[in-house]
Amino acid sequence: MANDPAELAERIASGDVRAAARLMRDLDDIRPGAIAVMKHLYPRTGRGFVLGITGNPGAGKSTVVDALISLYRAAGKRVGVVAVDPTSPFSGGAILGDRIRMQRHATDEGVFIRSLATRGHLGGLSRSTGEVVAVLDAMGYDVVIVETVGVGQDEVDVVSQAECAVVVTVPGMGDEIQAIKAGILEIADVLVVNKSDREGADRAVRDLFAMLELRGHDAAPVEIVRTVATSGKGIDELAHAIDRFRERGIHASDVPNAGGITPRRRRRAQATLRELVVDRLRRATDGALAARPELVDEVAARTTDPYTAADELVRAITASK
Amino acid sequence: MTSQRKLRILVAKPGLDGHDRGAKVVARALSDAGYEVVYTGLHQTPEMIAAAAVQESVDAVGLSIMSGAHMTLFPAVIEALRARGAGDVLVFGGGIVPDEDLAPLKTAGVAQVFKPGASTEEIIKWVETHVRPRAEAG
Repeated sequence: MANDPAELAERIASGDVRAAARLMRDLDDIRPGAIAVMKHLYPRTGRGFVLGITGNPGAGKSTVVDALISLYRAAGKRVGVVAVDPTSPFSGGAILGDRIRMQRHATDEGVFIRSLATRGHLGGLSRSTGEVVAVLDAMGYDVVIVETVGVGQDEVDVVSQAECAVVVTVPGMGDEIQAIKAGILEIADVLVVNKSDREGADRAVRDLFAMLELRGHDAAPVEIVRTVATSGKGIDELAHAIDRFRERGIHASDVPNAGGITPRRRRRAQATLRELVVDRLRRATDGALAARPELVDEVAARTTDPYTAADELVRAITASK
Repeated sequence: MTSQRKLRILVAKPGLDGHDRGAKVVARALSDAGYEVVYTGLHQTPEMIAAAAVQESVDAVGLSIMSGAHMTLFPAVIEALRARGAGDVLVFGGGIVPDEDLAPLKTAGVAQVFKPGASTEEIIKWVETHVRPRAEAG
């Protein structure tokens, strides 16, 4: 089926869910033709609010997302969701189970949920996440929620994708809170203590406060919200905290330039661009290596040093462009 | 050079019975075979399954039905998929299905029914021979 990219982009932008889902698949599978459609969709992006949800495995990220979908839908907003789960490094397969918690929205026409597997990509998201977010954005979803895999310390890619990063934790992690502070706590724009009806919620909030206190005076304010996502308790307050963060962002450090572009938005564009360049170079590298097996042999035999070989491969890659 | 398709399969449990062990075992086996398995859990209506299948652009939908309602639920899922322009998604399933129901289910468009005792290897072999070629062509 030879579809004209411009026409296909038009169909997707005007809400063809099936065509959009197939494009997401083609982007994920790196099929030829998908990029041509993205080129037509890109000018339509940048309107939706991209919200990142990250946190430890089992913290209740999917349930928080489910509750936020309900809240935004009640406010008349259309919601896109990209939920990422890990690919098994052994089988290459994945069980994508985030939808289980969101199934009450399955037949809501105003909600588009897409599950992605990391496919070996590190950082808590898949390589394709940014592109899938862009498709939903171009389709006119008012809010696009990105749920990362359950993260530990340094899976912080969500920062480069989302306008606001919400980090979900739970009570009773004790010293584990200390462990997560290194990475994901530092990227939090809003902190959530979910399952806050459990014992230890007060202590968890105190620990988080203490940790925030350790930051410098010029650090941006971070609100801590208690939720019980399964009952929807605190989700209103979370949405308000997100709104306040956006207000602050626009009025304080995130001052738009003459072209109306805020530093945060510029950083996201740079991250997207960087990701695409790195991805292309990675594939070019694999190609160059495959084309010069003797170089690998020489390095293995110590007849050439790896630095010289690397320079030669880089020359081969740049010459072939 | 085109990369190989990563097969995506939705595993769902329509209807009212709560026996999801079979569905979980199959989901796990398909994942171990290298596929991406979207698992939507228990008590799914045909509409929910079809909507998820479209949004997730899966190649096939695997249904586990232990309630005896297979003669209703299988055709309902196929109908819901067609209504959403996704009639090309293969529907297969497993559960307690009497022999005399197999032919009518085939006629209704069910691609394959695995009976109790079918091995996960059998299911994966079927996916490779029937689902894989269609996915690579698309």
